[in-house]
Amino acid sequence: MELLAPVEAFFGPAWPLVWSLAKIVAIVLPLMVSVAYLTFAERKVIGYMQVRLGPNRVGPKGLLQPIADALKLMTKEIIVPTGANPFLFVLAPVLSIMPALAAWAVIPFEPDVVLADVNAGLLYVMAITSMGVYGVIIAGWASNSKYAFLGSLRSAAQIVSYEIAMGFALVGVLMMSHSLNLSEIVRRQDGSLGLLSWNWVPLFPMFLVYLISGVAETNRAPFDVAEGESEIVAGFHVEYSGMAFAVFFLAEYANMILVSSLTAIMFLGGWLSPIPGLPSSFLWLLLKVAAVLFCFLWFRATFPRYRYDQIMRLGWKVFIPVTLVWLLVIGGWMQTPLWPW
Amino acid sequence: MNKLRDFFGTFLLVELVRGLALTGRHLFARKITVQFPEEKTPQSPRFRGLHALRRYPNGEERCIACKLCEAVCPALAITIESDVRDDGTRRTTRYDIDLTKCIFCGFCEESCPVDSIVETRLFEYHGERRGDLVYTKEMLLAIGDRFEPQIAADRMADAPYR
Repeated sequence: MELLAPVEAFFGPAWPLVWSLAKIVAIVLPLMVSVAYLTFAERKVIGYMQVRLGPNRVGPKGLLQPIADALKLMTKEIIVPTGANPFLFVLAPVLSIMPALAAWAVIPFEPDVVLADVNAGLLYVMAITSMGVYGVIIAGWASNSKYAFLGSLRSAAQIVSYEIAMGFALVGVLMMSHSLNLSEIVRRQDGSLGLLSWNWVPLFPMFLVYLISGVAETNRAPFDVAEGESEIVAGFHVEYSGMAFAVFFLAEYANMILVSSLTAIMFLGGWLSPIPGLPSSFLWLLLKVAAVLFCFLWFRATFPRYRYDQIMRLGWKVFIPVTLVWLLVIGGWMQTPLWPW
Repeated sequence: MNKLRDFFGTFLLVELVRGLALTGRHLFARKITVQFPEEKTPQSPRFRGLHALRRYPNGEERCIACKLCEAVCPALAITIESDVRDDGTRRTTRYDIDLTKCIFCGFCEESCPVDSIVETRLFEYHGERRGDLVYTKEMLLAIGDRFEPQIAADRMADAPYR
């Protein structure tokens, strides 16, 4: 902080604003790079699982592929269809990326390394990620296309249903940690057992429900009926091109990283080290997020798309009862002396 | 009992985990991608690529303008015009193949009574402007002259099976 004193003096009263902006840039910039390379990782991992090599032509080992993709998308024309509502059409991608980035404000990277250490962090995340569905709905509506409209209807119903299961899974986390503050949730998972003292052990069914709902929330395969290439072409973003399409893409992948980080924080002990002797650090969080993201890609390479009614059945008739029952089990178990955590 | 087993199998995601294990194994499997410009797959002597017009060893063009290839061509890609040459033989004055129409079926080669029109192993060619892929008689003869040794060897290799 002493190093920054002259800079602070230079900005004077504007300093808090400048400092917050600097911190936001410090989070969003690496996030955007991760998103770019997540698309690359996805193509590579899925390629490898299909016994192919994946992109390997642009740069060494294909490492510059995402940059080439980004340049291509930036130089392309954004076409607004004649029948579309131009204002909403442009607003939709913005609305879908905004929550994907805003939610990062409360993600703790290390003890006390967090943009906004608010006590209602979990509530904030739930509220802000629910906003993401508006981007999809507005995109489908503003495009004035049947495919886009169908896609956005599907996505709206799906996200609303899975939000409930997700919320119930998080109630379990609340019961474990007695706090809505994400840093506190991680701290409460610190125990002598290493990775066995994290929330995923007592909340295992909820961990699975959260992970699968997370896949559904981000509209990823096998829950990608909102896009459904083979049936409704590309769903809500059929009519989008160029940078407007790229923003939807960024939002989807930023959401994937967000859900993975939330899984890592709430169930996999955030920055805590899995082995009691090793020091806890940001790198552990990174590793856990990468592992969960790999699962996202793995699912996409493995499972065929769910039928729409099966998605609804899974959300309402399986996940919600399972989480509710496990809430009761955990609640009862916590009252007994047999509770080891 | 079976129903119960099915229920637990589904509920505990057994089949999904099995599926994941399968793709997980393939992640480490040897990749079968052929890295095209550096590696190439083997070609048969019957490979049907770019066309060529052949000549006899004495330099005389084989084509006698019988127009069988033009007649048999299902894509109507061949255009032939013929005339009497100064020495009294019938020869083509024009022999165009529109490679944007051609479907590389090989019927022209099959129909040719003098083995004049053939398909070579060439497949890496391109055109940069409209019309570049309409090959004229001179171009086809030039390809034939350039690749005659290989064309002849391929016909020889395939001869016992025809």
